[in-house]
Amino acid sequence: MKALFYPGCSMQRNARPYLDSLLAIRADIGLELQEIDDWNCCGATEYMSVHRVAAHSLIGRNLALAQAQAVDTDVLTAGCSACFLNLSKTDTQMREDAKLNGTVNEALAAGGLHYDAGSLKVRHLLDLVCHDIGYDAVKARVVKPLYGLKVAAYYGCQVVRPDYDGRWDSHEHPTAMDTLLRALGAEVVDWSLKTQCCGGHMSVIGPEVAFGLIRRLIHGAAEAGADMVVTLCPMCQLNLDAYQVEMNKHFHTDYRVPVLYFTQLMGLAFGKSAKELGIGKEFVDATPALAKIQAEAPKVAEAKRRRRPKPGDGLPMPRME
Amino acid sequence: MTAATISGPKDFLSEVMAATPGDNRLNHCIQCGSCGGSCPSGAEMEHTPRRLFALIRAGERKTVLMSNAPWYCVSCYYCTVRCPQNIHITDVMYTLKAMAIQAGLYHDTSLPDFSETFVDYVEKYGRSFELGLATRFNLRHHPLSLAGMAPLGLNMLKRGRIDLTPHRIEGMAQLSAILERAKSLEGVLA
Repeated sequence: MKALFYPGCSMQRNARPYLDSLLAIRADIGLELQEIDDWNCCGATEYMSVHRVAAHSLIGRNLALAQAQAVDTDVLTAGCSACFLNLSKTDTQMREDAKLNGTVNEALAAGGLHYDAGSLKVRHLLDLVCHDIGYDAVKARVVKPLYGLKVAAYYGCQVVRPDYDGRWDSHEHPTAMDTLLRALGAEVVDWSLKTQCCGGHMSVIGPEVAFGLIRRLIHGAAEAGADMVVTLCPMCQLNLDAYQVEMNKHFHTDYRVPVLYFTQLMGLAFGKSAKELGIGKEFVDATPALAKIQAEAPKVAEAKRRRRPKPGDGLPMPRME
Repeated sequence: MTAATISGPKDFLSEVMAATPGDNRLNHCIQCGSCGGSCPSGAEMEHTPRRLFALIRAGERKTVLMSNAPWYCVSCYYCTVRCPQNIHITDVMYTLKAMAIQAGLYHDTSLPDFSETFVDYVEKYGRSFELGLATRFNLRHHPLSLAGMAPLGLNMLKRGRIDLTPHRIEGMAQLSAILERAKSLEGVLA
């Protein structure tokens, strides 16, 4: 499939491994990306805190450029949660609020641009991979299954919430990435923190708040037995990886849970080299975890015996004898 | 009680609602507290969102805009999806931040300053500039922590994960014209 692509500032540098691994796997999954020419920053969570209309206009320029440059596609994708949500939010709110739509287009006109709200489908990259390309197409490309690797699928906040277009099965316990990682052969651990906050901008403006949130996530993943956390967002990766080191200093702990992007795991399963996928640029070394990937499928554990219901277990139910 | 005192508090609520795009439903709050209970930084907030909304209704403009609560919002949208009244809580928090900056009301200048520094770089280059943002922000507000943060910065550099110079987009003049026009229209929503 073909999609317009908004890389965003993080993917250019801090999350370069995310971009590199995406570019390495795109041909395997038949994804053709058309980068928006001369895109600008989406404003993250900061621009909107200062100027409301200007923030939507800043995002509006990207939407207008995408609409004007689109060739054979009306899907616009971003890999960063904040970039995705900002594009989706402006598109949605322009559609729902005629006044905002008029104001943003009046601002865009000052730059000779116009955006027809609703003309693009804004989708996060994980959404495209799971729902448009599909698990079967991904599975078909796996040559080196990730058998033996235990992963915690971490979705963070802004992809699954507020979910303007209703793309996910749950806002709090989504399963798409779990299914994707299982299709790659990995074992996905059960944990309850998959959509809890990584700390966002608090790692800079209030580090102690962020450290608490980071510890909760890293401890949760470690306790669930995960060898690594798998993420879909540059901000989450930065907070959980680079700030894991700072968090350890703050709490005098010694967690070492590496944090990789789902595209990097797809690349590994597709037989790409770690280097090509940008693996090695993380702060918490992923090498020990990746050493666990076995060449052979692990033996399937014997099916657990079903627990026989004890008399009086749960609510009394009518029985058919 | 005169009609004037009753309409006083109402005005601030209408002002906040008008400045928040879309059908934000702030006037539908039933004070259930699902928002504060769902908030990852709720414990550090001077007022939970629920209390903040009661204060908005009571017309306590200054207390609301001085609160650290909107700044501690991490935009996780848990409150928004859990709110039984479908209030666009995170969007309301953005409105309160913008209003606080406009009114110059806050105890801790570092909170709005981070957002404003971020905006400065975007308006200058069209892209964000992490090294500049982190250095400028920390120099101004946490100079003593700079030494502690240095290893993080150096390790980012070593891994090629941070740029030393900002990237400027080609259409900077176009973007500036758009943002300038947008700011002149900023009051239109409210």
